[in-house]
Amino acid sequence: MLQRFTGKKLSKREKQEERVFYLFISLWLIGFLAFTGGPMIASLFISFTNWTGVKSISFIGMDNYQTMITDKLFWITLKNTAYYAFASVFFGTVVALIIAILLNQNIPGRNILRTIFFMPSVTQGVAIAIMWLWVLNPQVGLLNYGLSFLGIKGPGWVTSQTWAMPALVVMAIWQNGQAMIILLAALQGVPRMFYEAASLDGAGQWAKFRNVTIPMISPALFFVIVIGVVGSFQIFTTVAVMTRGGPGSSTMVYVYYLYQNAFSYFKMGYASALGWILFIIIAALTWVQFAAGRRWVHYE
Amino acid sequence: MSDVSIKESRSNPVRTEAPWYKRKSSLRILGMIITFIIIIPLALIYLAPYIGMLSTALKQPKQIFQYPPKIIPDPVMWSNFPEGWSKYVPFNTYLFNSLKITLNNVIGNLVSCTLAAFAFARLKARGKNILFALVLGTMILPNEVILVPQFLLFTKLGMNNTHWPLMLPAWFGYPFFIFLLRQFFMTLPKELDEAALIDGANWLQILWNIVLPLSKPALATVAIFSFVGNWNNYLGPLIYLRDDKLLTLPLGLTQFQGQFGQVAYHFMMSNAVLMLLPVLLIFFLAQRLFIEGITLTGTK
Repeated sequence: MLQRFTGKKLSKREKQEERVFYLFISLWLIGFLAFTGGPMIASLFISFTNWTGVKSISFIGMDNYQTMITDKLFWITLKNTAYYAFASVFFGTVVALIIAILLNQNIPGRNILRTIFFMPSVTQGVAIAIMWLWVLNPQVGLLNYGLSFLGIKGPGWVTSQTWAMPALVVMAIWQNGQAMIILLAALQGVPRMFYEAASLDGAGQWAKFRNVTIPMISPALFFVIVIGVVGSFQIFTTVAVMTRGGPGSSTMVYVYYLYQNAFSYFKMGYASALGWILFIIIAALTWVQFAAGRRWVHYE
Repeated sequence: MSDVSIKESRSNPVRTEAPWYKRKSSLRILGMIITFIIIIPLALIYLAPYIGMLSTALKQPKQIFQYPPKIIPDPVMWSNFPEGWSKYVPFNTYLFNSLKITLNNVIGNLVSCTLAAFAFARLKARGKNILFALVLGTMILPNEVILVPQFLLFTKLGMNNTHWPLMLPAWFGYPFFIFLLRQFFMTLPKELDEAALIDGANWLQILWNIVLPLSKPALATVAIFSFVGNWNNYLGPLIYLRDDKLLTLPLGLTQFQGQFGQVAYHFMMSNAVLMLLPVLLIFFLAQRLFIEGITLTGTK
C-alpha cells in the first residue's frame, strides 16, 4: 500500500518487521491520540471560547489571548515564574556542580555522601513541602535557627512577600540531586590525560577547570539546564501546599494560576489559552537554549 | 625527607625531594582534608530537614514551637505514629489507594514504554522518524496544556471522581520513559537480534530474553521515576478525586492543614515520615542501578 509512494518493494521479513513495529508502538500511539494529541487540539479550540465547563459555549475569537495582555496577575505570574526558573536553575546548577566536584575527589565515604546529596531529589511532593514549611518557620524553623549561629536574624521566609520566592528557590537547590549525579558522572568521564597535558602546559587549577573541565562536561551541563528550565516553569505542588501563591501574589506562579482559573473560577477557555502560551514559552526557551548551546556545548 | 641528605640532593638535583608541603602525597591529603571540611557541613545541612522532620514527628504538640528547637524530643512520642495514621483520618484507606494507583502505573509504564522504546530502538519501519519526533516533541509539552481537555474527556466518560483518570494513561506510554529506554536499547549490539532471528526467535522473544535482561539499570530508573512521580502525584488526584474513600496519601496529608491547623504538625510529620519510607526503601535497594540509569540519560 505505502510502497506505491516510496517506490520500494519490501521483503517479506521487512514487511513483518514493520508490522511488529506498529504493533509494539500501538499502545503509545493510541495514548498519544487519545490523551495528548486529541486534547491538544481540543485545548486549542477551547482557548478560543468562553467555556466554563458547563452547558453554553460560544466562540470569542482571540479574546482570551487579549485578556492576558491586560491581565495584571498574568504578568505577575510570568515574572514570578521566570524569576523562580532562572534563580533555581542557575543556583541549583552551580551548587550541584560544586558538590559534584567535591564528590569527584578520591575521598573515603564517597558513596554515603553521594546518597545524602541525592536523596532530596527522590523525596518530593506534599510530604517534603510540609516538612519545609516547618524548616522555614520564621520563629522556630531550622533554617533561621541555623542562621542564628552565624549571627544572622533570618527573614520571615514564606510569610514574607520578599522572601517567599527565595525560600522556594532554596528548596529547589536542595532538591537538585539529579543534576548532581549527572554532572558527577560527566566529571568522572573526563580523561585524566587531559588534565596532565594541561599541567604540562603550565595551567593552574582555575585554567584547568575553565578550559578542560567545563568544555568536557558541557553536554551534561546543557542537559541539566534544559531539563531544569522545562521543569521549573511547571512548579506547582510546593506552591499549592506551602504558599497558595501568597503572601500577596509573591509566589503566584504560572501553573498554579492556570489551575485556579480552570478549577476554582471554571474559566476553562482562559485556562486553555494560558496552557498554550506556557507551551509556546517553554518551546521557545528550549529552542533558544539549543541555539545558544551550539556556541558553548562541545560534543566529542 | 629524612633519608635523603641535603648534600646528596644538591649534588643530584634529579632526586631532590620537595619540602613536605609541596609533595604530591601531602597535597593529596591536604586536598582531602579541605574537601571534608567543606563537604561534611554541607551534608549535614542536606540531612537536617529529615532529622528535623523525624524529631517533630516524635514531639508533643506543645514542644514543636519551643525555641531553641530540641533535636531529641522528651518524651519521645512514639504514639504519634499510630494516632496520626488512623485516629482522625483514615490513612489506611489512602495508603491502599496510593499503592493501587502507583503499582498499576509503574507496571503500565514499564509495559507500554518498553514495547514502544524497543520498536523505536531496534525495528525498521517507514514513518518511524516522524513518530519518534512526536515522542520528543511531547516530552517538553507541559502537562498543563492538556489538563483541561483531559479533565473534560474523563468527565464525559463518567470517570470523574474515580481512580480511572489516574490509572488509565499509564498503560499508553510516557514520552520521557520511552526516550530513556530507547537510548539505552540503542547501546546494545544489534548483532544480538540478528543471531536470535536466525535461530528462529520472534521479536517479542528477543525483547524478553535478550534485551530486557541486559537493561536492568534503565528499567530500574523508569520504575523508580514512575514510582516516585505517582506516589507523590498531587495535581492529578486533586483534580479528579473528591470522595474521602478515594483520596491518596498526598491529599490525605494536606487534610491536616485545613482541619487541624497548626496543631497537627506532629501528625503531619509522622505521616510524612511514613509516606517517605517506601520511596527511601526502594531508592536504597535499587540505588546502584538507578544512578547508573540516570547517568546514561544525561550523558548519552
